[in-house]
Order: sequence, then structure tokens, then C-alpha cells
Amino acid sequence: MSTQTLPAPTTAPESHVAAPDLDFVRRSKPVHVVTDSLVLAKRHLMRIPRQLDWLIGVTVMPVMFLLLFRYIFGDTVQATLPPGVDAVNYLVAGIIVQGLVFGSMNTGLGLAMDAKEGLMDRFASLPMTRSAVVLGRILADMGLAVFTTTITILVGLLVGFRPSANILEWLAVIGLMLLMAFTLAWLGAIIGLWLKTVEAVNSIGFTLIFPLTFLSSTFINPDFLPGWLQGFAKNQPFTLLLDATRGLLNGYPDVGNEAWMVVAYLVLAMAVLIPVALWMYERRSQQ
Amino acid sequence: MATVIRRAPKTSGNAVVAEGLRKTFGKTEALAGVDFTVKAGTVLGLLGPNGAGKTTCVRILTTLLKPDSGRAEVAGIDVIKDPERARASIGLTGQYAAVDEFLTGRENLVMFGQLYRLSLRSAKVRADELLERFDLADAADRILKTYSGGMRRRLDLAASLIVSPPVIFLDEPTTGLDPRSRNGMWEVIQDLVNDGTTVLLTTQYLEEADRLADNIVVVDHGKVIAEGTSDQLKTQLGGERLAISVASGTDLALAERILLEIAGADGRKDGGVQIDTVSNLLTVPFAAGARGLAEAVRQLDGAGLELTDLSLRRPTLDDVFMTLTGHAAEQDADASTENAA
Repeated sequence: MSTQTLPAPTTAPESHVAAPDLDFVRRSKPVHVVTDSLVLAKRHLMRIPRQLDWLIGVTVMPVMFLLLFRYIFGDTVQATLPPGVDAVNYLVAGIIVQGLVFGSMNTGLGLAMDAKEGLMDRFASLPMTRSAVVLGRILADMGLAVFTTTITILVGLLVGFRPSANILEWLAVIGLMLLMAFTLAWLGAIIGLWLKTVEAVNSIGFTLIFPLTFLSSTFINPDFLPGWLQGFAKNQPFTLLLDATRGLLNGYPDVGNEAWMVVAYLVLAMAVLIPVALWMYERRSQQ
Repeated sequence: MATVIRRAPKTSGNAVVAEGLRKTFGKTEALAGVDFTVKAGTVLGLLGPNGAGKTTCVRILTTLLKPDSGRAEVAGIDVIKDPERARASIGLTGQYAAVDEFLTGRENLVMFGQLYRLSLRSAKVRADELLERFDLADAADRILKTYSGGMRRRLDLAASLIVSPPVIFLDEPTTGLDPRSRNGMWEVIQDLVNDGTTVLLTTQYLEEADRLADNIVVVDHGKVIAEGTSDQLKTQLGGERLAISVASGTDLALAERILLEIAGADGRKDGGVQIDTVSNLLTVPFAAGARGLAEAVRQLDGAGLELTDLSLRRPTLDDVFMTLTGHAAEQDADASTENAA
């Protein structure tokens, strides 16, 4: 056993010279949360076209829902709606929001995958901002959500979706959907960090989320649900999101200023979800 | 003026210091007070069976995990007090660090370069240098899914060398590689060391520690149970050993009795007889020389034992390991024990 206090002469050659610009790393500043996140968002976006089977899956799912409900349950949906409200318009808005909710699980899946493959540990060993690992993934998932939502809207237009929104309402609806995708992604991140494995996020995560999107106004007017479900379905957060989106796209239900309320709810949700997600991420490596 | 993290100047002292590291996961005590140091410019092999605490040590030293108590220093920086500065001075490669499967080799290195806050331009230049150095230039634009295990590990190592950190942690860098790739990886690591980088290497392969490490620390049950050079550890075990392997189904106890009789008192020294019932291997400290050897063959044969191999040899690190921990390095391979940590 060697005595550790002795200044041992090193025999190693001092030829270890780094290029000058490599010899330091900048200490993190707030702006680096953004730049680091963008580097990681770019990474995720580059991956997407290389996982074609998965990309096709997440793109086709909402389209499939749309076509199934449009052609198989279209009349049923129509029967629950007041005169003058078109079932296709009603369904497209519902499926867009459902798509955003399902899309939020991509964030959880992505984080679970990075944890499994050891990338999270590597990121944690780099002198980068920690929150960028979550935020970068979320930004990329929002990009993906824009893509899948656009496809859903285009297919919707082909099968009879006729939004009555003007430019301002469209801008409002786009802003609202981006805000929704962003907020929900933090929920997805929490589910991913909580369940930890890709398999668990896929099974348990979706099992939790799936019924929530059905027990809402996604597919039918909740007035037609069994009485004991109505209270929940009409007041749960997804219904608020759905109503705001529909109101802006087609003027039904008439949401008036409620869209602003939804924005306030989303901001409030973020104020809870973001710190919880970041706390869970910090805690993750300590286990 | 950008605030930069100046790395500690290269000292001739210790590049890594672990002092009284303790860590408990639930009821499992992963580290029960671990102390060791790595002199700058040398390679330390951290050896131990799965679950011994090797990876927990590495995770603490690379800032991934905070110890319950104790102190850890890398390149003169306290990793607990200033983890961010410590991260600028280390590279981590191995079972717990990874690269992106769906990016090309170049894209991976550019990404990690940017995460080290190099400009996109510098990151690209650096990526090209590293791809060249690690013999990956031809595969630079292929996604990693198409890489062989050895190529992947080399890229993994390259990713941790982007800012030429003074201290590199290699956590089981060759686990799962074929012998040829393992040799390639060893050469790459040797080059790093020749350049003056300090390396802390965890491994289950004694051959790897024997070949690369200047010093070896053996951990088991969260404690350092031995340290020294490979030769020192082997010398501790004394003289030559007789190793026989026999056909399966052979009476190992009978073989043990015969050998002990010939070896006499020596057979009970230095850890005594070791029996590996899985591969029907029996090792005994043996000072009786060639004459004893001939006698052993005669008696074993006379007893009707079928020998498949017999040799008289110096102790190996395997013997060290067996003697110190009471079990072989590569057995007890319940990888999940350590993964849970």
C-alpha cells in the first residue's frame, strides 16, 4: 500500500497537448439551456426519418382513428350533436387533440430509451445544462407533433373537414396547440421518468392516457354519456382543451373567452409539471 | 468575456482521489468506505466481481452520483462541491455511457462536441480528427447500427476525448468484445496513456488489468481488499502453483487429497487449494518442483483420474482474485446486482 501524501514523481511524458480552443469548457449560463436543448432537439429530429417504421406508426394512428370514426361511427356521432354541427368537423378537432395527448408519450418513451441506452448518463457526465436533456427532447417532439397534426388536418380536409376559422382564429388555434403539445410533453416526461422503461411507458402510460381521451368530448357530445360519467367527462382537462380547439375551428361549442382560460390552465399546469419533471430527472441518477 | 472553466493544471500528484466513500442504496451498502488514489499519468485498474462497488465508485467520481459521505477529487477538483467544473476535466466511457444508435459516427461526435460548447465548426474539425485517429474515417457517415462492437466502443471512447480531458474513466471498456476488438481497444487505451492521460479502468478481466494497469485496487463488498501492482499482488501469493484440469465427473476430492499429500505443508499456504467445480479445475500451491510433478502424475494416473491438462505456473491475477475474494472474477455474474445500483 503506497503512502498517498508523498509527491510521487510522474514518469508520464507531457506530450498531452490539446488544441487551445479545446482546453476549456464554458461554464453554463442561462442561455445555454436553450443552445444545449437545440443541439439535442436536432439530434432527435435527425433520428426521426431513420426510424421510419415508428414514424409511420405515429403518423398513421390519428389518421386511422379519423377514418374509422368518420366512416363507421359518423352517424352515431352526428346523432349526439345539435343541428347545424357537422360530425366531421367535431371529430377532426377531437382527433387532433387526442393526437397531441398521445404524442406527449413520445417524450416519455424517448427519455426512457435514452436512460436504457446509457445516453442519459453520458449527458450527465458532460459539462452541459441538465434540463436540456428533457427540454431538447420536448422541442423535437413538438416538431413531430406539428408534422403529424398537419397530416391529420390534411386527411381531414379530404374527408369533409370544413373549418370556419378566420386567419386570427387559425393563429390562435395553432398557438394553443403548440402550447398544449409543450405542456403535455412535460406530463409525458414525468411518466417516462416515473415508469423508467420503454415497455412500461408503452403499456402502463398508454393504459392511463387512453381512457382519459375517450372519457371526454373527443368523439361524442358528452351529454350522451351515461350520467355518472358526464360530470367527469365534461370537466376533465382534455375536454377543456377540446372545447377550446373546436370553438376556435368551427365556432362550436361557443367558447368565447374560455380559450384564454385554457391558456391560463395550461400555464398553471406547466408551473407544476416543469419543476416536477426536472426534479425527477435530477433525482433519477441518484438511484 | 465568457466565463470559462479552467481545468486544473496538470500536476505530478494524484489525478483521482477517493476518500472514505460511502453509499447505501436502500438497505444495500454499495460502498463501505472506499479509499484510493490514482497518480497523474498512470492507469488504475479497479477490479472486483459484479456488485462489488466498482461502478458505484465510477459514478461518484464522474458526478453521476453523490456519496452519502466521503470526499472525491478529480484533476484537483472536488467533484461534490464543483461537479460542473469536474465534468469539464473527465471523459466517461463504458457500460454506462453511450452513443446514439441512429446517428452516424460523425454526427455523434459533432453533437457531443457542441454539448462541450465547441462551436459547430470546431466540433466538426474535432470530429474529423478523432475519426481519423480511431480508424473510423471510412465509417464516419454510417449510422451506428451498422457498426461492429469494436467500432462502437472506439467511437464511444472518441466521444469522451473531445476536449482531451486529463482523466478518463473506462467502465468495463471491453466487456462483450471479441478478442481481436479487445486487442484493438487495448492499443487505443495504451496510446492514450502514452499521451499522459490518467485512466481509471474497471474490469472483470484480470488479463486486461494485468496488461494495462500500473496499479490495481481490488474491491469486494464495497471495500478495498487489496492494492498494489500486478506483480506485488502476485508475489503476495508466493510461489508456483500446480494446476490440473480433469475430465468431468472425476472425483475432485480424491485429486485434492493426492495433490495435498505431495505438496505437503506448502499446499496449505497462500490461499490453499482452489477448486473450480464448474470447469473441473484444481489449483494448489506447489513447491515440490519437477520431481513432485512426476510423482503427482503417477499417483493421479494410478488412482484412475483422467487428466485433461496439467501445468506448473506462477500465480495469475485469477489466483489473486480467488484468494482475496473467495470466488472467481467472472463467476458470480449476476450483472443485475450492479445494474440496480
